[in-house]
Parts: sequence; C-alpha cells; structure tokens
Amino acid sequence: MKTWLAALIMGVALSATALSDMALAAIEAHEFASDAELARYRHLADILRCPKCQNQNIAESNSPIAADLRAEVRRMLAAGHSDQQIIQFMVERYGDFVLYQPPFDVRTILLWLGPAGLLMAGAVMLGSRVARARRARSAAAPLTETECQRLAQLLRSTDTRRK
Amino acid sequence: MKTLLRILPLILFLAIAVLLYRGLYLDPTHLPSALVGKPFPEFSLPALDEPARRLTRADILGRPALVNVWATWCPSCRQEHPVLNRLAQAGVVIHGVNYKDDRSTAQRWLRSLHDPYRLNIEDAAGTLGLDLGVYGAPETFVIDAHGVVRDKYIGVIDDAVWRERLEPLYTTLLEEARP
Repeated sequence: MKTWLAALIMGVALSATALSDMALAAIEAHEFASDAELARYRHLADILRCPKCQNQNIAESNSPIAADLRAEVRRMLAAGHSDQQIIQFMVERYGDFVLYQPPFDVRTILLWLGPAGLLMAGAVMLGSRVARARRARSAAAPLTETECQRLAQLLRSTDTRRK
Repeated sequence: MKTLLRILPLILFLAIAVLLYRGLYLDPTHLPSALVGKPFPEFSLPALDEPARRLTRADILGRPALVNVWATWCPSCRQEHPVLNRLAQAGVVIHGVNYKDDRSTAQRWLRSLHDPYRLNIEDAAGTLGLDLGVYGAPETFVIDAHGVVRDKYIGVIDDAVWRERLEPLYTTLLEEARP
C-alpha cells in the first residue's frame, strides 16, 4: 500500500514537472535564425536584470516590462546588433542596474576590491603578529654561568630526593 | 601607534557595521535614472486626442515641462491625476505620455477626469517608454527648455513631492529659460 502510494505521488510529481517544462517552453515560441542566435538570446536574457522585479533576470520574470525587454533583445538580435551593443542599449536606458554584474569603475572599485583588500589586510596583520611572537620567543637570552650552575644543582637535588 | 593598530579591527568592524546597517534601510526599488542630464529621446508618435497628428521631440522644446508617463490600467495614476490637474491650472506645463494603453479608454479618461496635459503623446507600443527607461507608471520627467532631462520621479506625485522636490527644480528651470 505504502509503495503504491509513493509511486503514485512520484508519478504525479514527475508529470507536473514535465507539464511545467512544457508550459515554460510554450510561453514564448519565437523563431531564431540560428541556434547560435538562440544561445545568445538565452545568455542575454540571463544576464539582464528586470528593472521592475529586482531579483529576477528578464528570462525568469513574468512582468510586462521583462517581456518588453525580451522582445527588444530579440528585435536587436534579428537586426544584427552585437551582444555588446544590446547591453549598451539597455544600460543607456535603465542604468547599470540592469546588469547583474556591475562594471568595474571608480564607483564600484570598493565593491570589487573591498573583500580581497580586507582579506589581505587580515593576512598581513596575522602574519606580522605571528612573526613578532616568534621573534620574541627566540630572542630570549641564554642562561648565564651562575644560572646554569643553579639549574644543574636543582636537577641534582630532585634526583637525589627521588632516590 | 601600537594601540591604534590593536583597535583597528574594531574600528573597521564598526565602520562596516554602520555601512551595512544603513543599507538595511535603503529603498532597493529606488533606481537612479540613467537619463538624468541627457537629452529627452527622439520620438515620432501620434497625438492621443488627434491620431492623425504626429508629435515629435521638437514639440516639447522651448519651455521647461513635466513629462508624465501614465496609463488607464495604472491605479496610482488615478490617484495622481487630481494633483496634475491642479498643477496644470496653476500654469505648470505638463505633457502626457499615454503608455501601452487603449486609445478610446484613455480618451474617455481624459474627458471624464479632466485633461491636464499640454500635449498628449500616444505611446501604444511602449517604444518611447523603453527609450525613457520606464518600467512602470506613473513616472514623471522634468525637462528644461532645451529638452534635457533634469530629474525623474517614480511614483505618485502628491503635494509634498511637488513642493519639496519638483517645484524648486521647476522654478530654477523657469529662471534659466528666461533670457
């Protein structure tokens, strides 16, 4: 009974995923001149961010503006624009916000280099501290003549006591 | 020097903490317009009230103005409309861009709710909207007499927004435009 139920649930789940895959494929059936163009479209729709919905790219979002932008990307691809031109077109209108990967410039230098910089600073600090501690340990002065004699005496006395 | 080095991690931590704490309260939906400081895009679109007539960028030049992107499907536009009516009555030049809308519904809206717009641009396909970087409605652009976008406001203009943000700029632009 249990295995039967599990199989049923599995079957329903599988057909549901299959259905949703079909639905996704059916939403936008567009013609592309070549597989390469389709690949470029997929890539662009993946890296461009939907301006309205913040945390989705234009491929994932159902919002009307994302659909408009997808249509614009298709139009520009068909018109023979390069990926760079399409990205430039979007940035001119919606700002760097439409890019999931912000450009490297003066405003974003802290964003790009900050974490690495902090890590380096931490490593330098730790390194210098360790080096200093090691130096302090090795720099401890060797025993003087009298201290050596006293040490030998102490060791001897404990030896005799143990006997 | 040594104590400074010792408390440096603490200082760094506090600085980052303050930065991130502030970040918690920033509005993530605030999107700086890429168009501010740039010329208003070229367009050639029909007039909503007179579809045979074509409006272009040249028609909106000459005076500082607000360009309001609106649609009948946008509930906040209805909320904003009375404010625009009042501003228009006070002499503020407002142009309307009817964004991705139905012509007759939009015409009916303007007849019944009053038309505050000097020019009514019909952008049914949303091409001008795309060039403006519009991603919702209402959005309002402030342009100067030369057609340069000087500010963009996303959302409903109410009296406070007008008084505190748009009016000072509009007055400056009026003075700039005076010879």
